[in-house]
Amino acid sequence: MSFTIKVGLASCGRAAGAVEVYEAIDKYLSKNKIKAELKKTACIGMCFSEPLVEFVAEDGSSITYGKVKPVEIPELIKQFNNRSPIKNNIILSNHLKGSENTNLNNQVRIALRNCGNINPESLDDYLANKGYQSLEKVLNEMSQEEVIEEIKKSGLRGRGGAGFPTGLKWSFALQAENKKKYVVCNADEGDPGAFMDRSVLEGDPHSIIEGMAICAYAIGADEGYIYCRAEYPLAIKHLKKAIKDAESAGYLGHKILGKNFSFKVHIKEGAGAFVCGEETALMASIEGQRGMPRIRPPFPATSGLWGKPTNINNVETLANIAWIILNGSAEYSKFGTEKSKGTKVFALAGKIKNSGLIEVPMGMPLRNVIYDVGGGMLTDKPFKAVQLGGPSGGCIPEKLLDTIVDYDSITKTGAIMGSGGMVVMDTSTCMVDVAKFFLNFTQNESCGKCTFCRIGTKRMLEILTRITEGKGKMEDIDTLENLAENIIKGSLCGLGQTAPNPVLTTLRYFRDEYIEHIMNKKCPAGVCTSLIKFEVIEDKCVGCTACARKCPVNCISGEVKKIHKIDQDKCIKCGVCLETCKFDAIKKS
Amino acid sequence: MYEKILKKYPPDQENLIYILHEIQDSNPQNFVPEEAITVVSEYLKISAAHIHGVLTFYSMFSTAPRGRNVIRLCESPPCFLKGSEKILRKLRDLLQVKIGETTKDGIFTLELCACLGVCGNAPVMMINEDIYADLTEEKVEKIIAEIKGRA
Repeated sequence: MSFTIKVGLASCGRAAGAVEVYEAIDKYLSKNKIKAELKKTACIGMCFSEPLVEFVAEDGSSITYGKVKPVEIPELIKQFNNRSPIKNNIILSNHLKGSENTNLNNQVRIALRNCGNINPESLDDYLANKGYQSLEKVLNEMSQEEVIEEIKKSGLRGRGGAGFPTGLKWSFALQAENKKKYVVCNADEGDPGAFMDRSVLEGDPHSIIEGMAICAYAIGADEGYIYCRAEYPLAIKHLKKAIKDAESAGYLGHKILGKNFSFKVHIKEGAGAFVCGEETALMASIEGQRGMPRIRPPFPATSGLWGKPTNINNVETLANIAWIILNGSAEYSKFGTEKSKGTKVFALAGKIKNSGLIEVPMGMPLRNVIYDVGGGMLTDKPFKAVQLGGPSGGCIPEKLLDTIVDYDSITKTGAIMGSGGMVVMDTSTCMVDVAKFFLNFTQNESCGKCTFCRIGTKRMLEILTRITEGKGKMEDIDTLENLAENIIKGSLCGLGQTAPNPVLTTLRYFRDEYIEHIMNKKCPAGVCTSLIKFEVIEDKCVGCTACARKCPVNCISGEVKKIHKIDQDKCIKCGVCLETCKFDAIKKS
Repeated sequence: MYEKILKKYPPDQENLIYILHEIQDSNPQNFVPEEAITVVSEYLKISAAHIHGVLTFYSMFSTAPRGRNVIRLCESPPCFLKGSEKILRKLRDLLQVKIGETTKDGIFTLELCACLGVCGNAPVMMINEDIYADLTEEKVEKIIAEIKGRA
């Protein structure tokens, strides 16, 4: 009997030991002369259970195991042949006997359609899954205007964060009169907590190339750039291979598929600058300059890369294009809400059970995303907030969890959809501290061009730091709001214009927490180190010395079987004593 | 000594970042030395000031010598929520360096960085081009020992 074994070898899988699992399977199959196809795939999105191994029978029935160890391989293969899943292992999805228990159930996978299913390094595999059929269809049957009309009708909006209608953007680039035009794929994913672009680039690179080629045909471009952050070496490797293979097979290059359309794609790597995700900064970086944003207009559609008309789309946006062309705009716009059509990929991270990537129809309430698809909270600590949209976004509290995911509804909460990073936080998180982190991030990443972004964020950060150290004053809150307003008004690009959002949303929904820090010098979540202290509960301390031995700064004194004491002046509030004590004799207050 | 790298790229300004990456990667101390700036400036026919500007703008480039292995630990919220602080403490303990410093034996430099995009498996760090995820203190100890053993 022949069957297929798929191993997820994306960055997340590799980091969890998937390479060792793959090698163990390979060895076992050849040693025992078992006829099975061993296939490298990428990330299916269930990062919380890496390494993942999927067994697929000839009839298509399958089972996926999570957290697989190399030693378990022989048993898993044996049991698969008997069609009886091993109960002791983590079964992520079971399609063996008609039973389906999987977090893929509530999902609609369009942008992620191939991720985790195909071998990203195999053009044949992409072709076998309808790859490049859209490009063929476009070149054979559609005019430039028809392509753009189809994208317009689909209602697809830019998935990078701003949500600008993709079809409209393309039409601007088509209208621009110039012999030379460029298509750019923005793969400079940088929002803390977002990793959908990495997953698509690693898991389905041809879909991006096909999307870019369709765009190039539609707007009349003959050259394209993929600007990928250097932190994604595996994505860059897969892209390079995909470009080479597509060129050899005639899907890229001169006179593609024998038609009068030529298109070549280059890769450019960043070097660690968040602001390069902003389109004008990105273009400056491609040109070999400092990644500084410039004023718009002129928009890239009229004057972009080297002054030529340029169309820039995000990775996830481009991953939808081929599907829309092949299945039709009506099929795509069936999903979603009135103004936000289709599906959206979200990256679930933080204190959530099923951390990883999911793709759901627009319009799903946040509560369902977190509790149904995401599996709910990681520990028994209750939900406190979900941070959406990275450093440009905001924190949404529990009372707003019935907000649906679409561009306009999320914007109303003060957060933004952004690229779709969702960082789930429980009651052990301090919201002032979270706001401080994001501001510190934008402060670091500000290119320094606009005064308010450069200095305003610095002043805000100083105030937040003061508050978390218990040195805040009530008027600080007014100053924060005032500075925020001016930074929004006085900044050229999206980085500065949205930098205050994390502070503004936490002030809006968690104002009490700020006041508690300022008035009572208390951090309710017990995070801000200046406002907490660790003490020995004398009644409970048995003098086991465990805490004193573990303390990294040796600030706990006490003899064996005698009550210990923490020197508050030396204590760095790391909490190791609290974790170490088996007698609950350390309290944090 | 930079000839080999430069020859791979046409002398256009757009190749500057690639060239700087390669120079840094080929340097045993993981940085772009001053004399390289002069050579690149002559090759690309752009000013040394421009190159210096680019070099200092991007956080992955260093103008000072670093260890053979650059550890970049993610300090973003998804990793922080999953205990990156503990990992940082462990790394400092093991390596006996502060953030930004290089170990005396020149094997490691410890740096902090923003999101590495593997948040589903936080906490995460990157050593050179390899990602290490779902970090625990024990795991970190093993990883460091392994690299030290190879050095």
